[in-house]
Amino acid sequence: MSTSSWTGRVRAATLEKMKPEDLLPEEQPAYVASWIYIFGVLTLAALFMLIFSGLVLTVEGPAWWHTSTIGHYWNSVHLWSVELFFIFMVVHLWGKFWMAAWRGKRTATWITGVLAFGTSIITAFTGYVIQTNFDSQWISTQAKDGFNAMGIGAYFNALNTGQAILIHVALLPLVVGVIVLWHVLLVRRKGVVPPIDNDGTIARGAKK
Amino acid sequence: MHHAIINLNHPAHYIGLGPFSISLGNLLIILAMCIVFLAALFIPFPHSDKEGEDQK
Repeated sequence: MSTSSWTGRVRAATLEKMKPEDLLPEEQPAYVASWIYIFGVLTLAALFMLIFSGLVLTVEGPAWWHTSTIGHYWNSVHLWSVELFFIFMVVHLWGKFWMAAWRGKRTATWITGVLAFGTSIITAFTGYVIQTNFDSQWISTQAKDGFNAMGIGAYFNALNTGQAILIHVALLPLVVGVIVLWHVLLVRRKGVVPPIDNDGTIARGAKK
Repeated sequence: MHHAIINLNHPAHYIGLGPFSISLGNLLIILAMCIVFLAALFIPFPHSDKEGEDQK
């Protein structure tokens, strides 16, 4: 539908291309019945736990875990959510790489996945430097040399804990969240990529 | 001070092969990911009862 207003153009480019049955499907193609297809949603589950435990940690601050068993518990939940988030995301990446999951006009899906991976690594780095321990001291002092060598030390000072906390808590989760949401919407819109040997023969939504 | 189940208060163990060097912790994580990846490929995925009835 052609429209002259920007709201109409945004609606046509987004909402009108999204069918409710694609956004929240009840069935998947037969080839999705494999454990390799669950790592995307496992990554999302780990991201949910990451954000939830991170929100809990914001209440008392980054040094809470030094003095409180409850703080130590939530700090550990945050740490292990990160570990699982990256493990699941890397296995998801391996699976999608060997499926050549960019086939069928899924280039944007692949690229948003790459962007999500990259921004997650930067987010993890800012998390490492706000641990308030000797590990974060070592990482930040080493990293500042790297940033200065790259010529970006004037914009990001790894030794500035306050800057790292704000970037880690306020800025990067928003960036990662938007990219992940975009990635998931593209997956829902395009559907799960079929296996290479069945490309084009198994119709989307077909039952076994 | 809270004590970890595994004492990490020491330098990491490193494994070297020529110019390559990797900490034992990182190596074990990478091997675990490879095992999970292969397991996901080869362990059969359970099918629902409804699907089993359809096949009869």
